[in-house]
Amino acid sequence: MWVLLGIAVIVIGFMLRFNPLLVIIASAAVTGIAAGLDVHAIVSAFGKAFNDARYVSIVWIVLPVIGMLEAFGLQERARGLISGLKGATTGRLLAGYLLMRQATAALGLTSVAGHPQTVRPLVAPMAEAAAEKQAGTLHDNQREEVKAFSAATDNVGLFFGEDIFLAIGSILLMKGLLEQYGIILEPFELSVWAIPTAIAAFLIHGFRLWLLDRRLNAQAASVTASDESA
Amino acid sequence: MITLTWVYAIAGVAFAAFAMFNLIDKANPRRFGNAAFWGLMAVSMWAGNFLGDFGNGLLVLALVAIAGFGGLGKTKADEVPEATKNQRAAKYGNGLFAIALVIPATALAGTFLFKQFPAYFDVKQVTLISLALGVLLALAVGHAWLRAAPALPLSQGRRLMDSVGWAAILPQMLASLGAVFALAGVGDVVGGVIQQAIPAGSLAGAVIAFGVGMALFTMIMGNAFAAFPVMIAAIGIPLLVKQYDGDPAIICAIGMLAGFCGTLMTPMAANFNLVPAALLELKDENAVVKTQIATAVPLLIVNIALIYFLAFR
Repeated sequence: MWVLLGIAVIVIGFMLRFNPLLVIIASAAVTGIAAGLDVHAIVSAFGKAFNDARYVSIVWIVLPVIGMLEAFGLQERARGLISGLKGATTGRLLAGYLLMRQATAALGLTSVAGHPQTVRPLVAPMAEAAAEKQAGTLHDNQREEVKAFSAATDNVGLFFGEDIFLAIGSILLMKGLLEQYGIILEPFELSVWAIPTAIAAFLIHGFRLWLLDRRLNAQAASVTASDESA
Repeated sequence: MITLTWVYAIAGVAFAAFAMFNLIDKANPRRFGNAAFWGLMAVSMWAGNFLGDFGNGLLVLALVAIAGFGGLGKTKADEVPEATKNQRAAKYGNGLFAIALVIPATALAGTFLFKQFPAYFDVKQVTLISLALGVLLALAVGHAWLRAAPALPLSQGRRLMDSVGWAAILPQMLASLGAVFALAGVGDVVGGVIQQAIPAGSLAGAVIAFGVGMALFTMIMGNAFAAFPVMIAAIGIPLLVKQYDGDPAIICAIGMLAGFCGTLMTPMAANFNLVPAALLELKDENAVVKTQIATAVPLLIVNIALIYFLAFR
């Protein structure tokens, strides 16, 4: 039971807003000691896992390209493109991105898009430009909302598209785990059941994007109305 | 053969450059902290396999010590003026998108192409190898067409990297914490607790406990992969499959997606939730999590309903 103290450290540490890196190290130390490991063994286990997980941090090599293109006006161009398009709204733009992200992830192409690759340089500036066009002027917290929705849309698209692909990590994990219980399944039998949830995810998140559009349009309407009355 | 080691070598160059630009930057009050942090990441990328497990552990402790006690800062140098960017955007137009698309296009093409040559490429890692190749290609195109100075991508990349800061290594840290949890047997204990919490004899109760348990334990661990084996061992196999005769394929596939709903709702899933908040320079670091809750909760309910209605026919 004492090993659960590590989970308590995580929850409390995050709630009290300590630096997450410190919280993680504290949790690892508490968990390891509770399980009767010595300090050397805990540090080694953590170090080995950190080294094995380096591939997670490879994605940062795209930053020099993004930095270069942003210095040459990529975000400004993305905004310009959207403000020139008639009928482009934040909601429609993000719904289109959601569909594209789900479709590419379902083909196993999870790394072709993402927060550093596409959301920061392209999707978020486009969504912001569309929102400006719809609402007239944006408050700071509305800018935050539109940007947060851009990131959220990428996550929803990735999570509820990728499991349709046969050879993605989670499908292979399920297959391997079930084999330990003597249940033999083909990846296809698992991945096909990701489709109903993928459809539901598009409908639910798409509905929220439609609501976002309505809020932005309503604001423009009220601004115009008050202009006329004044 | 081209393996991840090559990609790690390139990543090491990038991190080393981020460290160097900080070292010589007098506009960043914490430049030595930043330089040490990204320098250690370069060491990890280049020499991780030669440091030994304990050595890597000490490297992690050094990273945490620098970042955890406020050793990282941000620079004001190297910012390109808005007017210059607008002027360049007008000059180069939509060609900028073409360069941005070089990376995904190369990742896409390389993934399919390199798989045909298992003698030359590690086929399990072709996407990451192609991604790195795409980066190099995009830089080459940028240099040739935009006439970008060779140092510009690295100095601008450094600015973006520093705006992400310590959140950049959170995903790797959380994966490592998962390994310590596994070593200590945390999953088995949690499974035991959950088993006791389920009302006996209720199929709906067991399905709800499975779905909600997947989401909650994923929120704690930041990763559905860590929660999945625990919940399958505690509820999935003994109750849903054996006792109630459910379809294991449906229970597993949709159960994992119930866990993904948890991923949307936790700061522990740093690479999806905290890193973009840093990249987009949001004031509230939890803004992305808060935005996602209203999608995740209804979708979790849908997932639980799907298991209940599809798996026990």
